[in-house]
Amino acid sequence: MSENVDSSTAPRLIGKPASVVSRLFESKQLGWAGFAIAVIFPFLVANNYAMNIATTAVIFILLASGLNIVVGYCGLLDLGYIAFMAVGAYTAGIVSKAWELPILFTIPAVLLMTVLAGLIIGAPTLRLRSDYLAIVTLGFGEIIRLTANNLTITGGPSGIYGIPGVELFGLDLSSPVMFYFFCVVVVSLLVLGSARLGKSRLGRAWRFVREDEDAAEAMGIHTYKVKLAAYIFGAMWGGIGGMLFAAHLSAISPQSFVFLQSALVLMAVVLGGMGNTRGVVVGAVVISLLPEFLRDMGNLRYVIFGVVLIAVMVLRPQGFWPTRAYEPEKAGPDRDGHDQDDGGSGPGAHGRKRSRREHRKVTSSGQERGENA
Amino acid sequence: MTQLLWNGLFVGSFYALIALGYSMVYGIIKLLNFAHGDLYMLGAFIGYAMLSSVGVIPASMSITALLIVLLLTMIISGGIGVGIERLAYRPLRGSPRLAVLITAVGASFTLEYGVSAIAGPNPRVFPVRLQGETFDILGARVSAPQIVLMVIAVLLMLSLNSYIQRTSMGRAMRAIALDPKGSLLMGINVNKVITWTFFIGSALAGAAGVMAGAYYGKIDFLMGFIIGLKAFTAAVIGGIGNIKGAMLGGLLLGLLEAFGSQWLGGEWRDVFTFAVLIAFLTLKPTGLLGERVTERV
Repeated sequence: MSENVDSSTAPRLIGKPASVVSRLFESKQLGWAGFAIAVIFPFLVANNYAMNIATTAVIFILLASGLNIVVGYCGLLDLGYIAFMAVGAYTAGIVSKAWELPILFTIPAVLLMTVLAGLIIGAPTLRLRSDYLAIVTLGFGEIIRLTANNLTITGGPSGIYGIPGVELFGLDLSSPVMFYFFCVVVVSLLVLGSARLGKSRLGRAWRFVREDEDAAEAMGIHTYKVKLAAYIFGAMWGGIGGMLFAAHLSAISPQSFVFLQSALVLMAVVLGGMGNTRGVVVGAVVISLLPEFLRDMGNLRYVIFGVVLIAVMVLRPQGFWPTRAYEPEKAGPDRDGHDQDDGGSGPGAHGRKRSRREHRKVTSSGQERGENA
Repeated sequence: MTQLLWNGLFVGSFYALIALGYSMVYGIIKLLNFAHGDLYMLGAFIGYAMLSSVGVIPASMSITALLIVLLLTMIISGGIGVGIERLAYRPLRGSPRLAVLITAVGASFTLEYGVSAIAGPNPRVFPVRLQGETFDILGARVSAPQIVLMVIAVLLMLSLNSYIQRTSMGRAMRAIALDPKGSLLMGINVNKVITWTFFIGSALAGAAGVMAGAYYGKIDFLMGFIIGLKAFTAAVIGGIGNIKGAMLGGLLLGLLEAFGSQWLGGEWRDVFTFAVLIAFLTLKPTGLLGERVTERV
């Protein structure tokens, strides 16, 4: 809608060629480059500490790309995302310990439980107003953590330990480097999967719901089903992340699944650019590695995170690496993603802002007013 | 039984105080202020800083000292609430919900970890601890500090209610809640009213923080998180955006919690509360006293 308005009212933007940087950012080989970096990394630094951190970062990428489905594609704020990871981790831990199964055999159970969790939390709440949803997910995250803390099957406050490492076709992959490679492969596939999902028919429906739910509904999209699908996909990604997490640390406890973790994943998605898989991957790497470098700063680093979160939302709501809000045109060099005034906007940020701004001119002659979002 | 009732009402009055701020802000600019619970925490820490800088306070003076600190804390935490609105929320007025919600999470994060960076991550012991004799009222054990705190809470709520009903600023608040554009056209300074709303809401949360610190004796930088969530629950039960509803919801939530934890065991108390929240949002999202609100497009 605003797209058409833009191109007619803003001729100054037409004819601006895509810069080298933006063409590089849009390059199809970028995913392979990222994969290559991840694979080469252990050959450069291979001590246990580095491997440990790198594995954590890779799992974090998986979580961020899962949350990206919910928040980035579909525009539903989930503040309890870590709960799905908790469900996955605990399911993997309990099942593998109880029946002495290799941890990869728990994947069906993990998926089943996380889908169930997604349904239980999503089905009643996705009909609600969007901000109610946010707080319900927050409550849900706490419920899961407290339940894990109180039940005996989950080991109470001390959690579950002695979870087996990964074994594949009789090959032991539990050494740090091998497990890292295993995680890189699994996570790459899932990140690719989430990117492909974003481009699918369902993904377009998600973006439509994000931009304007009523219009989407009017165009025949069953918004409730579509939102539930986003929720369930997000839950599955989180569950697999939880399983990897359990296999990585071999011990899990309720303290691993506090709100801080949900907020960090959310931050990765927001900073990277909601809806853009590449941005989210970069954001996840930054968010998971930064605390390691800022370790001496103690809790001050989280203050910085908070301030950055506000600053990004106020100054650059589309994130550092925004997604294009339009289908890429093959022969249209006139719009490149990093031009802020054009179609390259984050989730609805600009498209909607513009129409509001125009509206505002009419109603209140530019004066600030108490606008209800 | 009466003991449970009394405990529930007492805890509920704290919830109500915090829920008021949540509800006022939501009623007027439809913003879920996640940082609200953290203003409660901040209030407790401001009170802590003031009381411990004064030094030893004789037991006879503790109530007076506490009242003075309460007043100062309300002003400071109100000011901080206004600052947050000015820096974080106002630039985003009119942008999509998601952006504002994320900003609110950022504000909450900043406050929580800001306090933990300054005051340290370990719990602090509040310098003034309210102690007093206990009475027996209808079989319930009631202590003097409980009565004092409850009276303060009720006074704050009643004065807020009359402020909103009687003064012109209160009328402006109600007008903006109904129709922001219309009130702007009628010459109401919307920004000023919103600033005031944040001030009052944050001041009440700060007051609740000092009171909780003085009563429970222990404060830590994450204490606002759970209680913020509970205050939101209270606001939802009463009907969010509705002042009387927030008070009712707070008291009701306190009672529900008291009976729920008696019934299920204390460790399930928070789970029970959040289950109540989800149940309410699913079955009766408008709350007990709320009106039907449709999401504006």
